[in-house]
This record gives sequence, C-alpha cells and structure tokens, in this order.
Amino acid sequence: MRIRNVGRHKEEIRLMMTPMIDVVFLLLIFFIMTFKIAAPEGDFNIKMPAAAPVQGPIDPTMLSLLKVRVEANRDGRLTGVYLAEARMPDEAPFRALQERIRLIVGDDAGPGSIAEDTEIELDCDYNLRFEYAIDAITAISGKVRDGEIVKLIDKIKFAPLRKAPQP
Amino acid sequence: MRFRTSRHAGASEGDMTPMIDMTFQLIAFFMVVINFAEADQNARIRLPESELAKPADVPFEMPITLQLTREGTVLFVGEEVPVAGLKPLLRREREILEYRHVKPSTATVIIRADAGAKTGLVQELMEACRDVGFEKFSLRAKHQEGT
Repeated sequence: MRIRNVGRHKEEIRLMMTPMIDVVFLLLIFFIMTFKIAAPEGDFNIKMPAAAPVQGPIDPTMLSLLKVRVEANRDGRLTGVYLAEARMPDEAPFRALQERIRLIVGDDAGPGSIAEDTEIELDCDYNLRFEYAIDAITAISGKVRDGEIVKLIDKIKFAPLRKAPQP
Repeated sequence: MRFRTSRHAGASEGDMTPMIDMTFQLIAFFMVVINFAEADQNARIRLPESELAKPADVPFEMPITLQLTREGTVLFVGEEVPVAGLKPLLRREREILEYRHVKPSTATVIIRADAGAKTGLVQELMEACRDVGFEKFSLRAKHQEGT
C-alpha cells in the first residue's frame, strides 16, 4: 500500500489566478465605462379622458374648478401668471400662486378635504417653454417642507389648446 | 550552471486574496447601480426640473415613452417624427396592446419633453394620444436638489 506524498501533490495543483483576474478586470472596466450617474426622475400625472361633455343637470358634488393661466411672449419666456383672473406678482409668481392656492384649499389634503375636490385647469400659451408649465404644475401639486412632500391639488388638466400664433 | 527555482518563484507571489475581494466588491457595486432602462432616456432631452419629481414607488403597468425634443420632433420606438406624423405609430402601438388584450386606456403615456419645448406641442402630443385612445398621461421631470 502506497501512501501518497500529500505535501508535494498539493503544490502541483496550484490554482491559475491570472485568467480569472483578467476576466474580473475586464468586467470591472465594462461596468465602470457604462456607469452613468442619472438624476432621479419623477412624474406628474395628468388625466385626460376622452369623455364627451356631460349632458343634463349639473352635478352639485362636481369638483370646483380653478383656472390657472400662464402667459408667455413669442420666445416662450414667462410674462404673467393668473389664478382665476387675478395676476400674480412678477417677482416669484409661482410661489405666490402656491400661497393663493393654499389659502383657498387649506393645508389638509386628506379625503373629503377641499384640496381633494378641487381641480385645476391649466391654460398655457402655445409658445410657453415647457419648464414654466412644469413650474406651474409643481406649484399647484404641492411643496416640500422639511424633506416631506406636502400635497396640495393633484387633479390637474390642460385647458383646450390655444392655437399657435401666426408669424 | 543553472538552478531552477520554481518553488521559490511560487512562494514569492504576493497574496492575491484582498485584491480579488476588492475587485469583486467593485464589480458588485457597479452591477447594482447600472441602469439598463437608459433606452428610454435620450441624452438630447434636457428635462425640466422640479422639487416634487420623485421616482415612483410602483412602476407604471403599461408605460409608453414619448420624448419631445426642443426642435419639436418626437422620439418614439427608435424613430424621430414630427408631432403631426405620430398617429400612425401610436395606432400601431394600440394594435399591439389590443393584440395582448390590454385596453389602451389603462396604458400610461410618459412624456419626456425638453425644458425648452413648446407647451402647445406637448398638448398637441397629448391630444394625438387621446385621439388614438390613450387616457393616462405622465409628465416627466428631473428631481431638483435643495430648494
């Protein structure tokens, strides 16, 4: 009966590290190259059902509708923000808009609150830059207080399209 | 006179274990943070910023992403078309959904519009979608830090 020389044998089957390290580095380089820091993105929901206009008597429980008008000049720059015909001050108009809406709907946003039953119709000029529309939607839908989002109104719709200004 | 010192050469190799550990950690990190959803994010679109834009907790069931460039063209399923020429593509999308027994009204159209795009065009885009039968819309914005 032969007893193997265990010590010598162990040395002969040494693991080949080089190919593994090569592959691992290739993987590492691939992931580093494809790595891209993307800012988190979020969504504002807008519902536009294709329903026909409601006929018959007006429902008393219907949502109260507030109109927000955003005006722009030919280049799409903001020129004026109106909440139900009242013009917001030119200095920080969206903050003023938010304050007014908070005065109307109050701070509580639970079920059955005024904020729940209020709908905003956003009426923008055709040329308005989209970032101002998002600013308006942001001002309407809520604010961040101490890192928490406080919701105001989340029922937002667009008014019928204004025609593009003729050159 | 030559001496082979194979045993000695083996012993002088440094210890690879910590380096491999580190490298695997790095690979694991990059694998976790890699974002494969980039197909829906065109670098040409510079999204508007909003402090309320937080990533949704639950992804949309049937998302359809339309990207509106500053020039007023729409990027959709790898094609670039003007807003007026979008309807045939949307009808095709609707047919695909109907083939899979999904109602178009349950699908969400995600609109990634450039900050400099015209709001009127965004509305035209939404109306084109509505004519085809889509009802739920979502305007996408980038999260704005520290305001």
